[in-house]
Amino acid sequence: MPTDIEKDEISGQYTTGHEWDGLHELNTPLPKWWLYTFYLCIAVAMAMFVLLPSIPWVHSYWHGTLGYSSRKVAMAEYAKMESLHADASRKIAAMSLADIRKDPALLETALTAGRITFANNCQPCHGAGGQGRPGFPNLADDVWLWGGKLSDIQTTVTHGIRSSDPDTRYSAMPTFGDDILTAQQIQQVADFVWVNFYGHAEPGVDTAPGAKIFADNCAACHGDKGQGGRDFGAPPLASHVHLYSESRDTIVAQVTKPRLGVMPNWGAKLDPATLKSVVLYVHSLGGGEE
Amino acid sequence: MRFRHEFIEKNAILLLVLTLLTVSIGGIVEIAPLFTIETTIEKVKGVRPYSPLELEGRDIYIREGCYVCHSQMIRSLRDEVERYGHYSIAAESMYDHPFQWGSKRIGPDLARVGGKYSNDWHYQHLTNAQSVVPESLMPHYAFLQKARVRTNLTVLKMKALRTVGVPYTDDDLKNAVADEYAQADPNATTTDLLKRYPKANMVPGDGRGPTEMDALVSYLQVLGTMVNFADTSEEQLQQ
Repeated sequence: MPTDIEKDEISGQYTTGHEWDGLHELNTPLPKWWLYTFYLCIAVAMAMFVLLPSIPWVHSYWHGTLGYSSRKVAMAEYAKMESLHADASRKIAAMSLADIRKDPALLETALTAGRITFANNCQPCHGAGGQGRPGFPNLADDVWLWGGKLSDIQTTVTHGIRSSDPDTRYSAMPTFGDDILTAQQIQQVADFVWVNFYGHAEPGVDTAPGAKIFADNCAACHGDKGQGGRDFGAPPLASHVHLYSESRDTIVAQVTKPRLGVMPNWGAKLDPATLKSVVLYVHSLGGGEE
Repeated sequence: MRFRHEFIEKNAILLLVLTLLTVSIGGIVEIAPLFTIETTIEKVKGVRPYSPLELEGRDIYIREGCYVCHSQMIRSLRDEVERYGHYSIAAESMYDHPFQWGSKRIGPDLARVGGKYSNDWHYQHLTNAQSVVPESLMPHYAFLQKARVRTNLTVLKMKALRTVGVPYTDDDLKNAVADEYAQADPNATTTDLLKRYPKANMVPGDGRGPTEMDALVSYLQVLGTMVNFADTSEEQLQQ
């Protein structure tokens, strides 16, 4: 507290009342506009204290007279955004995929929603535009593992592949290196696949033993002409589209101890309209079958 | 005698004590009630302590500074809910010591990354992020595949967490190393593991002890998957 306020004779102003070794300081008050703005801010803060959630008590807290909650606001805005395209969503959810394709305006909405959903969820594995990467299939070409019809794609996206969904698409290529085929037999069958299906001429390589092994062990799923088997998601080996890479070592590795790709079951994460939109989008990338 | 402020100003010890007292009031009013208010941590089902392997993965996440570029906090804002899923709730990080909410998003938020991608994708992405996401800035973590998790330390970490309130049982501690191996071994029996840690994600290790990458992937795959939001109501969360 100022103790010794006195008037300065020269300037005519009062001092602050403090004294340091004989020195006194003039009291220059803050401008009035500044001071009143400051008081106003305090008043606004007090009002917000009452209106909004503010002070915590022991077991609960002051909820505020406006009943504001950031969670409530976020979900309300989310619902509002959903309602903007509620009509389209309802139609997409209710109509069959084939019917949606016959309605150009609705199809455009679905493809736009599908493109955005694809970018957020599918692109990290399948690439922008669905060009795929080693281990993650290309979705824009004519070669499909589990089928490229709208209904096939819908099943794959909804239930996933080797996912935790009970209706998931599932197949497990046997671990042929585990006492089913000898190392030599694996090399022979790799020769056969490399020459006959991949189409690399290897003069002097006898593919006859490999052909026999292929017919006995592989043809049931991959087809006797390497045309693939969609019931098992078995890649068409003769398609010149390779899931991992085009090398003989990859064939040997895959036969010895197969890598089994996994795709999540998006039915658990996406609502029906969004899911159908992304199915239509994937179908439109270039490889969709009728 | 009239109260004189000058007396406080001229008594250093008294000034110090009274200053401390004054500034601590703000702290006490803001922090102390968090321990007693019942709605601080939402009552939801499904949140469990991390499995031993996930716990090690979490420590690697911290060691490598993943939190510097990735947050684990979906804020209650419309656009975040739209992109990442349901906003994060306090209950989801109640067993995190310390929590990994983060504050910087050079990479995307990871609060609900669990189950979004396959294990294979995670291994490839950690090894060389640009091989799957060409525009990514993420460094390569291939070396995590070369180092084995030091499983002998896991029990000690679990014990330490228990002292700060994470409900690991004696049974959990006893089976820690076995569980850690089982979660990264495709040929292991996982019934007990899944009973102790429901929804734990099996990672394809070689069965000779988990690598650091196995641990990290198991941690990433459980993020945001524990709570089933269908079981709870928005009203309850908006308390």
